[in-house]
Amino acid sequence: MTKLDQIFVSTKHWLVGLAPEMLQSLASILLSIIPIMAVFGGCFAVTTILERKGLGRIQNRFGPNRVGPFGFLQPMADGIKMLTKEDIVPFQSDKVMHFLAPIVLTVPIWLAFSVLPFGRNMVAVDFNAGILFFFAAGAASELAVFMAGWASQNKYSLMGAMRAMAQMISYEVPLVLSAIPVIMIAGSLSLPQIVEAQAGYGAGWFPQWHVFTPWGLAGFGLFLVAATAESNRSPFDLPEGESELIAGFLTEYSGFKYALFFLGEYLGLFAISGLAVTLFLGGWHAPLPILEWLPSWFWFFVKFASLIAAFIWVRGTMPRLRMDQLLNLSWKFLVPLAVLNLFVTAVWHFSSNWQSFGGLAARWLMCGGLLAAAYVLLGRSLSRGQGTPRKYTYAE
Amino acid sequence: MLGSGLIKGLAQTAKNFFGSYHDPARMVTVEYPEQKRVVPEASRTIPFLVYDGEDPELGLRCTACKICEVECPTQCIYIVKNTSKKPDHVGKMQFHPATFDIDISVCMGCGICAEVCPFDSIKMDQVFELSTADRFESLLLHKQQLAKPNSYFGKIHPTEAGEIDIRREQDKRKAEAKAKADAEAKARAAAEVQNAAANSAAPPPSPQTVTPA
Repeated sequence: MTKLDQIFVSTKHWLVGLAPEMLQSLASILLSIIPIMAVFGGCFAVTTILERKGLGRIQNRFGPNRVGPFGFLQPMADGIKMLTKEDIVPFQSDKVMHFLAPIVLTVPIWLAFSVLPFGRNMVAVDFNAGILFFFAAGAASELAVFMAGWASQNKYSLMGAMRAMAQMISYEVPLVLSAIPVIMIAGSLSLPQIVEAQAGYGAGWFPQWHVFTPWGLAGFGLFLVAATAESNRSPFDLPEGESELIAGFLTEYSGFKYALFFLGEYLGLFAISGLAVTLFLGGWHAPLPILEWLPSWFWFFVKFASLIAAFIWVRGTMPRLRMDQLLNLSWKFLVPLAVLNLFVTAVWHFSSNWQSFGGLAARWLMCGGLLAAAYVLLGRSLSRGQGTPRKYTYAE
Repeated sequence: MLGSGLIKGLAQTAKNFFGSYHDPARMVTVEYPEQKRVVPEASRTIPFLVYDGEDPELGLRCTACKICEVECPTQCIYIVKNTSKKPDHVGKMQFHPATFDIDISVCMGCGICAEVCPFDSIKMDQVFELSTADRFESLLLHKQQLAKPNSYFGKIHPTEAGEIDIRREQDKRKAEAKAKADAEAKARAAAEVQNAAANSAAPPPSPQTVTPA
């Protein structure tokens, strides 16, 4: 079991040992970077085709099934097409910015992968402020989006970029606020230690994942909604809304630069899904003690893949929000709920010695009830006036 | 409550997702090159020329009257009249086209040529796989490619072709009956002329000979 579990780590150590003494640190770095880029690059290719097929099934059609067996070579065809297309740079654009934007988007997202623990001992950089680094790197993508929109010298691009800024700034707040309870409970900013804090099984079988607590469930929900918005996915894909903005900040991009944006978007989704798994779903821990014989990285990727599937499912279901609805959802619903969640987490933390049956029930009822009441009340205030005919004050 | 609509929507899409794997009736699309939808009877693409019988050259209904050529808004029809004549379905001698070309890269499928044709000759086709790698030669259709049998016309536009067939059959019968009546009348007239001549003390028979019907 440990052999299979540690196969990647031991292979890396063996390969590093083969290198000459002087180059060993360089080899170690390269052997951390290359597998991450290969695995998540491959994930990108597989996800694009599975997403298209899944969306097709959701709409009662087949999806792409022409290239290769069952259409699974479609990513190759797409890649060749993207690489061979003409790279058009608008005459009036800021050429340097226009060139840099896709690079500035992808590089920080790759950096964010370096602190994620993919399995037992499988983390590229065991950084003691990993989660902080992750959010800092993730926030850099906003700059790239605005660079792209500004440098294109195009009204659609600029509007898309402005929307992206408004959206990403609004949703960065609930994203971080929903992750703070985890730090409060785990007492650490290091992602491997947060995973460690979710180890073990209550009563011998119940996994101690954060999502199985009232604050964790609320935090997980908030985190997923904010993550969808952060990664610009439907129903929060206003920055590139095709029907009103052509393609938003992507309007003036073509060929490989467009592919890089696409890659960056999916990598952002992967990184944030990996973080959700780490923070709330127990990282690489098995869901049941009898399943622990399966390697830790397997469990990480199972949870990761199911989160990606959930994102695809949501994309196939929800229509796009309006800009005011989007901002209302963040500031009037997610942020208050996330702030309340901090308080609930504190209550949960200080009631951790209520271990009798009645104490546990009281703890659950108190925390869960507070959050449920807040959810209902905030939801009611958010949807007030919805469904009634709109009043036009000046247009009538 | 907030979120109930989201759950309803997610349930619907999940139902679609799993249903699409075991219920072929759910699928709204057809896999085109292998499967094809039946096109509606009224659909039209480019014109074609109808011919009767087996031989496209002999049975061509077109009389090279050039009405379609004149009426075509895009001027994509080009006709050259033949010098000889051939009988049409009622036996009347008609011209026929030596050249009949349609440039389908210009044709917009309006169907005006089919509407104005007095001989039910040019009709609208339903073929749609017309793309070629060559933009000039293979998009200029000649008489040989345009001529299609009446049975094909009956297959793609059964209602219209049925009406036309009945009308043409009636025309043919009327023409035959008229020819027969004319011949009889002529024979009778000739007989009367002969009788009158015999009665008026036998002048020499008139040089006009009656052709037997």
